[in-house]
Amino acid sequence: MDNAINTVKVKVNGREIEVPSNYTVLEAARAANVNIPTLCYLKDINQIGACRVCLTEVTGARGMVAACVYPVADGMEIKTNTEKVRAARKLNLELVLSNHDKHCLSCVRNTTCELQKLCNEYGVDEKKFVNSYTKEDNYPIDDSSVAIIRNNNKCILCRRCVAACKNLQDIGVIGTNDRGYDTHIGSQYEMKLADTGCVNCGQCIVHCPTGALYERDDTQKIFDAINDPKKHVAICCAPSVRATLGEAFGMAPGTDVEGKMVNAIRQIGFDRVYNMNLTADMTIVEEATELIQRIQNGGKLPMITSCSPGWIKYCEHYFPQFTENLSTCKSPQQMFGATYKTYWAQKNGIDPKDIFFVSVIPCTAKKFEVQRDDQNASGYPDVDVAITTRELARMIEKTGIDFVNLPDEKFDEPFAIGTGAGEIFGATGGVMEAALRTAAELILGGKFEKVDFEEVRGTEGIKHAMYKVGDLDVKVAVCSGTANAKKVLKAIEAGEDDSVFVEVMCCPGGCVNGGGQPYQPAVVRNNVDLKALRAAVLYKSDANNEYRKSHENPQLKLVYDEFFGSYGSEKAHHILHTSYVKRGLYQNVK
Amino acid sequence: MKKKPTTVAFNGTPEQEEKLKAVIGKYRGVKGAMMPILQEAQDIYGYLPVEVLKIIAEGTETPMEVIYGIVSFYSQFKLNYIGDTAISVCLGTACYVKGSQEVIDTVSEQLGIEPGATSADGKYSLDATRCIGACGLAPVMVINGTVYGKVKKSEVKGILAKYKD
Repeated sequence: MDNAINTVKVKVNGREIEVPSNYTVLEAARAANVNIPTLCYLKDINQIGACRVCLTEVTGARGMVAACVYPVADGMEIKTNTEKVRAARKLNLELVLSNHDKHCLSCVRNTTCELQKLCNEYGVDEKKFVNSYTKEDNYPIDDSSVAIIRNNNKCILCRRCVAACKNLQDIGVIGTNDRGYDTHIGSQYEMKLADTGCVNCGQCIVHCPTGALYERDDTQKIFDAINDPKKHVAICCAPSVRATLGEAFGMAPGTDVEGKMVNAIRQIGFDRVYNMNLTADMTIVEEATELIQRIQNGGKLPMITSCSPGWIKYCEHYFPQFTENLSTCKSPQQMFGATYKTYWAQKNGIDPKDIFFVSVIPCTAKKFEVQRDDQNASGYPDVDVAITTRELARMIEKTGIDFVNLPDEKFDEPFAIGTGAGEIFGATGGVMEAALRTAAELILGGKFEKVDFEEVRGTEGIKHAMYKVGDLDVKVAVCSGTANAKKVLKAIEAGEDDSVFVEVMCCPGGCVNGGGQPYQPAVVRNNVDLKALRAAVLYKSDANNEYRKSHENPQLKLVYDEFFGSYGSEKAHHILHTSYVKRGLYQNVK
Repeated sequence: MKKKPTTVAFNGTPEQEEKLKAVIGKYRGVKGAMMPILQEAQDIYGYLPVEVLKIIAEGTETPMEVIYGIVSFYSQFKLNYIGDTAISVCLGTACYVKGSQEVIDTVSEQLGIEPGATSADGKYSLDATRCIGACGLAPVMVINGTVYGKVKKSEVKGILAKYKD
C-alpha cells in the first residue's frame, strides 16, 4: 500500500482490515472480499447514494448508511450481514418494485437484469406493495431513434444512463425531468430522443441495470432475409466482436472467440461470413492516402478519422465547424457493403438488389449510419442491417447453438484475411497505429522499421505522439469518449494542439467498450478493467498475425488490382468515400 | 402535476434577448448561477419556453436538458405563457374539502384548458395552487390578483364573464 496515503483500521463483519482513509464503506468491504449490493453506483461517474440497496450498519452512525458514499473512519465497525441490513435492503427492493413494470419474462434484460438478480438474492415479495403501475401511469415507449429505445416503465431512476450521457460522454441529452412521483428520465421539453443531439453511442444502454434502455432489435429482418430463397445473405464481422461475444455466453472477458463466432454465424444460416478486418485495412489505405494528399497539397488539417459513426454525429451536432476536417472515408462496415454490392456482385453476376448485407458490430450508432445519405454506392444501401454483438448473441441463442463448445471455423474467401493493423481498429489508438504503419511506408516509398507504435496504445482518454517519417514530423493525437474529443477539438481551435492527424472514437476505450457490447453488471464495470482486457485480445492477435500492415494484405491487393486501381482512385472515391452534414444542436428550435 | 409546455407562439423581442444575454454575461464564471439566471430570464419573458432555454443553453454552454431538469423540478418556473387572464384555484386542504375540485373542473371545462395550461390564443391560463392562506373564504379562486371567496360551481360562469375581452 502506498505510504503517502493515510490508512485506517476498520472491521468488516468482525474481521479487521487496513484500508486507505479516503475509501468508502463499499470499497472497504470489497477490500475484505465482502460484496455490498448496489444499483445506482458507478465508480467515478455516479456516486449519489440514491437507490438505498447498499444500506449497511456502521458504528457511529444514527441509522443505516449508504455504503457507496459513506466514508470510512478509524475504528469503524461495518456490519453487512445482520438481519436488520437484510430486511432493509429487501424492503427497499420491494419499494422499487412497487411501480416497476414486472413483465420480466418478455423483458430484453431477463436473466441479465441487475434488479432481478438482487430480488432473487434477497427473496423479495414482488406483490408486497399494491402495484401502482397502472395503465394510466404508463409512460409511452420512446422508439423515435433508429438505434436506442427507452421504456420508462422499466426505469428505477438510478440515473446511471444520465451519468453515462452527461458525466462520461459530456453530452447530456437525457436527464431527470419533473419531481417527486412524476420524476422520470427524458430530454428537454419531453422531446423524443431522435430530435435531440443524441449520438447513439449506446453507453446509456450498457450502463442501465434494467430493461429501460435497449437497442432496436433488427434480428428478425435478418431471419426473414435468410428465409427468403431469392436473397443472398452475407455478413461481415467487426474486429472487436470476436473479443467480446464470448462474454454473452458466460466466458471470461478477454476471450478470443473468432473461430466459434464464424461457426455459429454459419449455423444461423448466413450464405457467407466475412472478416471486416479486410475493409479496416481498406479504410487505412484510403485514409493514409488522403492524409498524405492533404499534407502535400495544403488540404484541411488536422485530418480526423471517420470510422466511428457516433463520433461523426457528435461532430455534426456539436462541432459542425470541423466537418471539413473529417476524413471522407466511409467506415469499414460501409466500405465492405459498398465493395460487396459492386465489385463482388459484378464478379459473381449477382444483382445487388438480391444481396442482403449485414454487419455485426459492437455499436448502436452503426444503426444510424446504415440509413444515412450517400451510403449507397451500388444504388442500394451499402449495408442493409447493422446488428450489435448482443443481437448476434441473441440470434445464436435462438438458433440453439452450444456456442462455448463449438469448434473453430474460418472466414469465407475472398474476404477472409485481415492484417493485424485491421484487427486493432477495435481499441482506442488502433486506427492511428494502423494508419501510421501504412502512411509512413507510403510517404517513404519503402520500408519503415517501426511497427509497434506503443505511444498511442493504452486506455487513457487522450494521447499525443510525434513521429519522424523521413524529414516529415507527424504529430498525432488520439482520443476516445466524446468528453475527450471535446477537449481535443477545443485545444485545436485555441491553437494549443497542432496535430496533423487525430483519431477519435466515440466510446471510451474505443469499440471494445462500445454501446453494443455484451452487458456486464456494474460490479464488473466498477472493479475490472474491461477495456484493457478486451483490447488485449486484439493486440495479441495483431502481434501473431502474418501481416501487420494494411497495404500488405494480399486479398486487399487483389481487390485494388481487379477493381479500384490505385488507392484514392476516382472509382474508390465514388464507392468508398462519403459526405457529412452540418447539423447544429438545437436545429429544431427557431 | 405534469408540466405541459405552451402552445402559444413565442413572441420574444430583440430587446428581451439582449437583456437576457446581459444577465448571462453578468454571471459568467459564477458557480451555482443557473438559478438566478433562470429567475431573471423568467422576469424578462414571464415564462421559460424552449426559445429562451436555447439562449441560456448556448450562452452558458450547458446542455439544454440539464437546464430543463432544473426548470421542471421547481414550481416557481413556468413553462407556459401566462395568459392575459391568469386564473388560479386553490386546492389546499380547506378549499378542497369545501369543493374546489369541482370549481377548477368547471373552469377547465368552460375555457377548454387543463390546469397548468394556457389557451392557444394566449388569453387565459389556469393553475391549481396550494393553500394561499385564505381558508376562511374557502373555496378560493384568484383572477389577476382579485380574490373570489366561497365560490360555488354555479357561479363560475358569471365570474369568468367579467373577463371576456
